[in-house]
Amino acid sequence: MMAPGLFMIALLFYAPMVGIILAFKDFNPVDGIFKSPWMDPWYKNFEFFFKSDTVKTVTFNTLFYNMLELVLVTVCAMALAILLNELKGKVSSTIYKGAILLPTFLSWIVIQYILFSLLSVDRGIVNHVLGQEIYWYSEPKYWRFIMPLAYVWKNIGYYSVLYMAAIAGINTDYFEAAQLDGAGKWQQIKNITLPLIRPAMIVLILLWVGKFFNGGFGDWNAFYTLPNNSGALYQATDVIDTYVYRALKSLGDYGMSTAAGLYQSVVGFILILASNLVIKKIEPDSALF
Amino acid sequence: MKTKKLNGWYLSVHIVFVLLTLACVLPLLLVIGISFTDEKSLLMEGYHLIPRKFSLSAYEYVFTGAASVARAYGVTVFVTVAGTFLHLLFMSMLAYGLTREEVTARNKLALFVYIPVLFNGGLVPTYMLLTKYLHLKDTIFVLIIVYMASATNVLIMKNFFRTIPVSLLESARIDGSGEIRTFFKIVLPLSKPSLASIGLFTAIAYWNDWMTCSLYIENPKLQTLQYLLQSLMNNIQYLMQNAGASKSMQNAIADLPNEGARMATCVLAVGPIIFLYPLLQKYFASGLTIGAVKE
Repeated sequence: MMAPGLFMIALLFYAPMVGIILAFKDFNPVDGIFKSPWMDPWYKNFEFFFKSDTVKTVTFNTLFYNMLELVLVTVCAMALAILLNELKGKVSSTIYKGAILLPTFLSWIVIQYILFSLLSVDRGIVNHVLGQEIYWYSEPKYWRFIMPLAYVWKNIGYYSVLYMAAIAGINTDYFEAAQLDGAGKWQQIKNITLPLIRPAMIVLILLWVGKFFNGGFGDWNAFYTLPNNSGALYQATDVIDTYVYRALKSLGDYGMSTAAGLYQSVVGFILILASNLVIKKIEPDSALF
Repeated sequence: MKTKKLNGWYLSVHIVFVLLTLACVLPLLLVIGISFTDEKSLLMEGYHLIPRKFSLSAYEYVFTGAASVARAYGVTVFVTVAGTFLHLLFMSMLAYGLTREEVTARNKLALFVYIPVLFNGGLVPTYMLLTKYLHLKDTIFVLIIVYMASATNVLIMKNFFRTIPVSLLESARIDGSGEIRTFFKIVLPLSKPSLASIGLFTAIAYWNDWMTCSLYIENPKLQTLQYLLQSLMNNIQYLMQNAGASKSMQNAIADLPNEGARMATCVLAVGPIIFLYPLLQKYFASGLTIGAVKE
């Protein structure tokens, strides 16, 4: 009964691991992966990748956006979760929750369309309101703000609901006791809610750090679609995943893109181990292994 | 004094949320608004939330003229339904096996399931495997197979199955029910909430996926909706940037679906999500709490 599932995992996750040898090969389609000659020297594919400026740009961008988004989303989502929890009206909080969750379910492609209708040079709403002609799609500097903003917009609902679940798990007796003792709203939040959702927060943050180099929960799509894959914006929007994807799709350089992918996997692996180590120190119960 | 202060507090909280609600909903309404706007009005007056000149021509165009949209819709629906079903079936069978004490190697198998979360081969080797060795390029199977396995979902389901009392399974066995029968008749029905939330997430992943299609599919008949949308946007960007470069490109622009039709396609791609939204919301929260329970 377990066979189909195990087979799928072996096929989709383990078989590609063998393909990593591609990173050390001078690949040609005629000989295939196994018969293609080895690179000489063996690190040549990596050399090409590491010597280019790209590696600096994509590594910086990957870290920059992930960290910025992590901070923004965590702070905003926690604030929203606490505020939503304060609202007594059932109807209104359901409506608000429904609205802020909506973007979570939209694909980045749909968001690309939304963004385009906002930022299009001649017809976009934003230029219309500002009364200016700003070429959003050719100026990298704007995208340092647009990307995190779009990310927060899409994911804030998801994380708010997550934190709300953590808050809902807090025993209400604490709040009642605090109220009897005359604690105000702010004191309750500071002394009860925040300390008690700390474990959930730490785990979420560290899980996220572990995912920095593994596509940031699949959200690297955003970096490809939102700027319309515009070459003028790579400087501000290229992350490791978009780089590997483009190297595969348009350059067709299998060896080099595998090498870049391996770099990504290894850094990702180290980050996971490191974050797990930290979890073990602070919240031993939440460690992954 | 105190109640007054509290009212002010609630009022400001409500204001924050009303603004947020607008920020989340209005952009989507904008796209819907554009899709209902007359094409000439779009050219003259730009995009507006409320159509300056109402028109259904974009939808007419999409439903009658462009067969590719209808086809892409069909492909996407098929891939989503088949993929989600197989994903749930395979992963739940695997997860169930991992909870049974009769499976002596279950700890080793659980490790086998878990390792890929830590380290993976990456995009390119997967691409080589699926295209060069399994020859799945340009088949509908490739769209389904890529999301067929998920270690995380196995772990979530495993935790859920563990809450089903063993005595229940034993009594079923005593009554003469085989393992497979017990699984389908007792375990799965008991796990409906868990399956529903994982299924919805998987379905959304299939529905919103464009990357698989862009990597593996060249046959226009097998394009998914999201990919169609993405390539429409890319083509237009490309052609606009190079417009005037050649006569043929100008002709190409004329052939592309117009502004409104693209937005209408986009609205159609969001349609099912809006339609299923109450369901999504209901199982979304419950799915999170299932995932949060650690052994």
